[in-house]
Formats: sequence, C-alpha cells, structure tokens
Amino acid sequence: MKRLLKGGRVVDPVNRRDGMFDLLIDGERIARVGKDLEADGQTVVVPVPTGLVITPGLIDMHVHLREPGQEHKETVATGTAAAVAGGFTAVACMPNTSPVNDNAGVTEYILKKAADAGLARVYPIGAVSRGQNGEQLADIAELRQAGCVAVTDDGRPVATALLMRRALEYTQMFGMPVIEHCEEPTLKADGVAHEGFHASTLGLRGIPGEAESIMALRDVSLAELTGGVVHIAHMSARQTLDAVRYGKHRGVRVTCEVTPHHFVLTDEYLGSPVPYDTNTKMNPPLREAADRDAMLQGIADGSVDVIATDHAPHHYDEKQVEFDRAPFGITGLETAVSLCFDRLVHGGVISLSRLIELLAVNPARILRLTGGSLSEGAPADISILAPDLRVTVSVAAMRSRSKNTPFGGWSLRGGVVATIVGGRGVYLNKEFQDLRMSGYEDFRI
Amino acid sequence: MRKDLLGIGDLSRDEIYRILDTADAMREIGERPIKKVPTLRGKTVVNLFYEPSTRTRTSFEIAEKRLSADTLNIAVASSSVQKGETLADTAMNIEAMSPDMIVLRHASSGACHLLARICRSRIINAGDGMHEHPTQALLDAYTIRQHKKTIRGLKVAIVGDLLHSRVLRSNVLLLTKLGADVWVCGPPTLVPAGIERLGVRVSTSVEEAIADADVVMMLRIQQERMQGAYFPSLREYFNLFGMTVERVSRAKPDVIIMHPGPMNRGVEIASEVADGPYSVVLEQVANGVAVRMAVLYLLAGGVEDEAAA
Repeated sequence: MKRLLKGGRVVDPVNRRDGMFDLLIDGERIARVGKDLEADGQTVVVPVPTGLVITPGLIDMHVHLREPGQEHKETVATGTAAAVAGGFTAVACMPNTSPVNDNAGVTEYILKKAADAGLARVYPIGAVSRGQNGEQLADIAELRQAGCVAVTDDGRPVATALLMRRALEYTQMFGMPVIEHCEEPTLKADGVAHEGFHASTLGLRGIPGEAESIMALRDVSLAELTGGVVHIAHMSARQTLDAVRYGKHRGVRVTCEVTPHHFVLTDEYLGSPVPYDTNTKMNPPLREAADRDAMLQGIADGSVDVIATDHAPHHYDEKQVEFDRAPFGITGLETAVSLCFDRLVHGGVISLSRLIELLAVNPARILRLTGGSLSEGAPADISILAPDLRVTVSVAAMRSRSKNTPFGGWSLRGGVVATIVGGRGVYLNKEFQDLRMSGYEDFRI
Repeated sequence: MRKDLLGIGDLSRDEIYRILDTADAMREIGERPIKKVPTLRGKTVVNLFYEPSTRTRTSFEIAEKRLSADTLNIAVASSSVQKGETLADTAMNIEAMSPDMIVLRHASSGACHLLARICRSRIINAGDGMHEHPTQALLDAYTIRQHKKTIRGLKVAIVGDLLHSRVLRSNVLLLTKLGADVWVCGPPTLVPAGIERLGVRVSTSVEEAIADADVVMMLRIQQERMQGAYFPSLREYFNLFGMTVERVSRAKPDVIIMHPGPMNRGVEIASEVADGPYSVVLEQVANGVAVRMAVLYLLAGGVEDEAAA
C-alpha cells in the first residue's frame, strides 16, 4: 500500500531539505520525496494540515525500559507506547535491568518484547562489565551479535580507569561507543541534590558538578589514549561540557548528550513550587542556573550532539517517600518534544533543523543506526510534529506505566501529531483525527 | 495562623513576634501552682519521633499536657524503618484516627513537608534532617529577647558544625529576619555551600566571629553524622573552635552563651563556659516549654487574649 503525505514542511537535515515537499511511503519504506508528487490509483493521499512538520523519526538514545525485572515501573510495551506518543520512533534502552543486560539472553528477551509490542524500534545497550560490577568485561561480542548497539554501565560509572581503558580498546573491534554515566563515586558520596545554595538551605546533601566533570575528563583522556569512542551521557554540569569541548578540540572521538530537564530546570525547583518534590530528584541532579545556561549555550554552539531523555520511570510508591530515600530519576519520553520546541526553537536557541539533528540525525550517527533521515529507500520512520500546538502536560494521559514527572500541568508550545514506524502509523494525537479519516486508519492509539 | 509549622522560612516577622509574645503568656502558666489550662482540652496531639530525642520530645509533651491536650508518643526505632511501612503509610494510619496535630521528628530533610501534603492534621516540625528545627530557633529567640530586650542589631555568632545543623538553618533564617548581625563560624569542611546568600557573615576564625558578640550560640559536633573526615580530631577541633573562657572574653561583657543541647563538653564547649555565669543553656530548656505551648496554641486556632485567661 502506498501513501502520499502532501503539504507538510519536510525537515531532513541529512538530505539538506527544509521546505514544502511531498513524501511517498511505499509499504515499509520511503519511496520518494519531492515537490508536487502525483498519486497513482493505488495511492492514498494524506493531506497534511498547514503548519505541521514532517521529520525523520526521532531517536531517544537514553531510556530505561525496566524490563526484565522491574515491570512495576515500566515494560518494553508501556515504554515504547510512551515513546511513540512522544514522537520517538526508536529508543535505546539501558542495561541496568534485573538481571542486567550483560548477555545475549537478556538482549534477545528485550528485542522479543519490543517485537511483540510493535511500536517503537528498540535498540538495547549492553553492559560494559559483567553484572555492571565494574570488574570484568561483559561478553561484548555476544551482546553485539544479539543486537546491542553500544555498551554502558549506566546508573553507575565504569568503575576504574583501567576497565574503561579496556572497554574503549575492546569495543573498537565492533565500532561501538562506550556510553559513560559520569560520576566520581567518592565525591558524590551520599549526595542527593546539586551542591549549592538550594541544597544547603533545604538541608540536602550535595553533589558538586565536579563529581561529573572529573569522570568526563578521565574518559576523554582515555579515549585519546586508546582511540576509542566515548559518549558522555546526560551532562548536567558546565565543567563537563568544557571537558567535552576540550576533547573535541583535541580530536578525541567524544560525543555528548543533555536531557530536557537539565536545560529547562534548575535546583531552584527543589524548594518550589512543591518543596522536596521527589520528581525533582534525579542523577545527575538539577544544577544551578549557570549550568542550565551552559547547556543551552552548548546546544546552540554545536558542542552538544544529542538530546536524550534519560527516561527513568519509578513507581508512585517509590517516589512517595522522604526525599533522601527516593530513587533518582524522572520520565521524559512524553514531554521531550514539547520542551524542546518551547525552550529551544521558540526560545530562539536553535532552528528546527538543528533540533532534528539533536533528536534524530546524531543519535543515529553515534549508534550507527539506519534512521535519522528521510532518504528515499530508507525505512519509513517518520515523526509528524506541530511546532505551534498548545500542549498542557497531562500526567494522567501518559502512556508510561510511571508518572514521575515534574512537568505535570505545564503549558508548552509544540507537540507531537503522529508517529510512523516502518510505514505503520503507531501513534496519532487525538486532536488530529482528520489524518486518520484520510488514509491512516491503521493508526493505533 | 497557617496550617502547619514546617520551618522558620515560611514565617513572616509578624508571625514570629506573635509566637514570642504568646510565649510570654504561656510562661506565666508554668509559674502557677497548678500548671494547667484547659485550652486544648479534647485535642489530640501525636508526637511522632523517628529519631531519639529527650529534650525536644519531653518539652513538647509537657507543653501539650499543660494545655490539657491528649498526647500520644510514638517512638519509631530507626532500625525498623528499613523493613517497616513507609512514612506516608504510617502518617495515613495515624491520620485515620483523627488527631489534631502531629509533632514530627525525622532524620530526613523535608519529611514534615511530605506529611503536610498527605495529612489534614496540623504538622509541627520538631526537627527534619539537616533542614530546620523551628521551635528551637523560636525558643532561642525568646531567650535572647529576655536578656537583650530586642534582637535587631545584636551581633550573634553561631559556631560549630554548620553543615549538618538544622538548628543553624532555623536560627539564621529567624535572626536575619529580625535584623540581627549574624556570623557563622566553623571549619571550611562544615560550611554549607552558598550559606552567605542567607545574609550571614562566614568566618573560619572563632576569634573574629565572637569579637564583641552579644550572643554566642554553640552547635553540637554531631559525631553520628561524621562519617566523612571533616576534621582531623576532636582535639584539634577543640583547639580551633572550642568555646573557652579565654575566647568568651573577646565577646561583649554581657554576652550570653547558648547551646541547643545535648552538649559535648570538651569538644565544642569547655565546662567552665557551659556552667559559667553567661551560660543560658538551662533557660533555653525552660523557655522551650513556653514557646512550644505558644506554637501549639496558635496552630490550634487560639487568640492571645484567651491564652492569658
């Protein structure tokens, strides 16, 4: 079956397209992109309302799907339902499941669950070390063979410089990046919030930005030593961004990501509007305004490669506790696009085209995935976005099994209209039912 | 009056003065032969203590009994918290029995905020982690006012473990609100980041901090919170920061020395100072009852005039 999307603004940085184009989908693939394409007899024409944008499917390279082992927080099915509702056609999931994804069995289990769900594509990320214990390398070739696209001990840093060195050397055989959760454990100690004025007045134990940047500098140095590829996950501190810039300046193969909450929120939210709201507790912590501004600057000047959510679902009961006892992390898949539009595009930080680089092109490049473009012949992974849609974040309507977000009730400008994976409509925003009437009857909601 | 007393940070200057003025009337009750008024008759107050406390818990209990409230003490051993029910569940269970107020002491900062969100009962913070201990600061202010008439313009030096102290945070907020010139002093390892933004002067020299001070407030070295190596030894700490008679002589002649207790004699304070003529430590304890009566009374919806009756 062929479908012709007519009338949208196509933003496809890889093919240097940003303008009004028609897009012909033939089965699972993009057949043609061009001006004023004609529909033949078998083609269903889908008129795209004015003001909408058609982009390569967005890819979130840092999510926690929690399955296997923590299905009370999230499953692959609920997590990918959240992903497509958030405009993401693919997610890369972290290995800190129970058991840890350090062997082919777990990887295959995740991929089977993803196939059963049939929503977003799922790219598992394997552990660097067996059990994420930081002692012995996991069977990385086996993980690669089973479908892992990178390795990380996310949730904790790769424990020692020696093990990180080995990982950066070993993974070069497979062209896989090592993704690092930067955190110097002794400096972080039992900290629960950014070390600064707000943590001090609230009586919360602090985590200085240097706990992150020290580890980032270590890894940049080791990547230089080994020629390996390191990707710095969820940066929060301005010093970390400087460490990445230093590495890039020296030609080190280092890339980095920042989460929406780290470029939107600051540690001021620890105390207001809801004091000690455990949905402001994440690792790395919300930092001060200077750090938030540095992240925006890094996004604007190209130092930041990727926006990823670090979607970290936790059950209500786990968050409904004293601040220092609550687990770190918030959900992110269903708020990311709106936050990016509102703060980055409408905020005048970057262009829409640059946003698509951060959300699709660069994650695909770093993880060596096929997505990230609307090239003819590529899988039809497409996000349809509404830059000017007024969105009020509704926690109750979220598809993630967990509702731990600090953004409930926020009014934002920009949202998701529809998500297409492999030519199949997997999400359609209720406000755009007309699209379904005109040919996308297979949209699942 | 507001629903809860969670911290000095929430209180206006007028509210603080109202509590201190009410405490005056309450103090008089404690001096009567029959130290009991019917003000809170029929009200139930639960003292929910997750941390061991002698002084604060006793003080609240006496205050409650003098106001004729029905009181109930629940001491939760910290060891059972790990496997036991959550604070939220405990709170909802207590709430189901319709108490009027819950006095909470807890090791986690913000625990009382969690309770306040869940419970209709009024919550009084009797110390939450490293955050606040508002009734301590109120009784300290009451004691200072007794001796100095006013708080505005006084030089107050607070010396000790600033980092882990909820007494520090509450006192800084209260004393700066009332216009005191507040100095805080301790080793740099125990100074909270950004504390100067609260309008205090930070010094690592105890001599500088207490020079010409009207009030010196000592903070306990909380050995149970000293997992990290914040200073080399108690001996070195005492040599640098311990309050000795010699150091006290640098303050104003009519200086008062305060300590929230329990004191570590020979660690943060020399016995000669703790027991010396300028020490008001036991007055603080006595005033604690009056101030807590005032807080209980005002939160229960009272009016000053009735209290004196």
